[in-house]
Amino acid sequence: MASGALEVLVDGVLKGDPVRLARAISVVENDARTGSTIVQRVYPRTGKAHVVGFTGPPGAGKSTLVGALIGMFRAKGKAVGVVAVDPTSPFSGGAILGDRIRMQSYGTDPGVFIRSMATRGHLGGLSRATGDVIHLLDASGKDVILVETVGSGQSEVDIMKYAHTVVVVLAPGLGDEVQVIKAGILEIADILVVNKADHEDADKTATALEMLIETKKDGSKPPVYKTIATKGLGVSGVFEGIQEHGRNLKAAGGWQKRVWDSFLAEVRTNIIEESAERMLEAAAKEGFLNGLYDDALARKVSPREASLMVIRRYAPEILDRSAMND
Amino acid sequence: MTSDSIGAERKVRVLVAKPGLDGHDRGAKVVARALRDAGMEVIYTGLHQTPEQIAEAAVQEDVDVVGLSVLSGAHTTLVPRVIKLVKEKGKEDVIFLVGGIIPPEDVAALKEQGVAEVFGPGSNTEKIAEFIKQKLGELAN
Repeated sequence: MASGALEVLVDGVLKGDPVRLARAISVVENDARTGSTIVQRVYPRTGKAHVVGFTGPPGAGKSTLVGALIGMFRAKGKAVGVVAVDPTSPFSGGAILGDRIRMQSYGTDPGVFIRSMATRGHLGGLSRATGDVIHLLDASGKDVILVETVGSGQSEVDIMKYAHTVVVVLAPGLGDEVQVIKAGILEIADILVVNKADHEDADKTATALEMLIETKKDGSKPPVYKTIATKGLGVSGVFEGIQEHGRNLKAAGGWQKRVWDSFLAEVRTNIIEESAERMLEAAAKEGFLNGLYDDALARKVSPREASLMVIRRYAPEILDRSAMND
Repeated sequence: MTSDSIGAERKVRVLVAKPGLDGHDRGAKVVARALRDAGMEVIYTGLHQTPEQIAEAAVQEDVDVVGLSVLSGAHTTLVPRVIKLVKEKGKEDVIFLVGGIIPPEDVAALKEQGVAEVFGPGSNTEKIAEFIKQKLGELAN
């Protein structure tokens, strides 16, 4: 990308211009190198937004709840950014992004910017670019950024790396108590929502949650709210809960810790992806991995050994250094 | 398999939208699925969208293509309005496609107003995907 075009994008993001912000997000999604330059340029202007993550199983009502919350933040005059992630097809690489359907009533409000993203093969419930997209929205002046993960199972916990406040949205009738006490998304919740509270099992689910969730290390216990998001019922409780969690984090010094934890988590993710990608690209270009075909099928080389061979070939200094420290 | 890797081709993003009051979205959903199967990211916004909502979604989602499905007969007002709004917002590089029930005599007028192609009932969905890829290729050159 020419440097002039890059300046226009950076400037547009900082001014909150929706066309440029939207294009900058595409660049971050498609072109990691140019994307990182843009993010680095706008990063000094970030840090003001409250990032709230929403996760939970498919069909629990995450999008509808986010849609209802947009209205409440708008009523308080807050500028709202939304990132809604849906899965990429592992076969075609395409995706249908449908979360916006439930948020379209705010589609023309200039204080709201909604972006749908596909996971593009990234695991963990978010797309690889999610962290950078949050930074762009933050730099564009959004006061609150609502991030909706793909419908998640039990281990899609990446959202905890990016959000100050994590809302886990559940619905009644999704399984017995054992599902609830397994490790996973429940442990990352700062706020729990039992949506579809007009369902007959809603009270049972809420009670089971109240009994099973544990007090966190900091002494807090995530509150459980019941909502009927399609009718907006109970959503104001969640809204208050989110704001209170933010206030408490700031008062107790937990905000800084989350910011630093997010920073480290993003650095880690980026290093893993960037270095893996570069090594695999180089190996593919040379046909290095294909050269292992016979040995692999003859079971002479294990996958772990093959990965060490790639690292030894393309990033030997990393192995040397760790060997020195051993 | 690192299709999202550095320097890889960028994903085609398509907005499939239903402006106006008709409640028939079978066709729009079939097209959305076919384009997904062709490797595109399809943003589907559901029924009863105003031209303003569609234009804003096209901007925020930074799509390459806007596909409008109209079965109500109001295409002669709704379609040009969406095109005008998208351009007014400063988004220039969009391909507009129309599907639904469009009388043949209206096709030329729609094309004059900026519609690249009209795909009526019975259109081959693979052809639609091909058309998009070909058009984007022309724009890139």
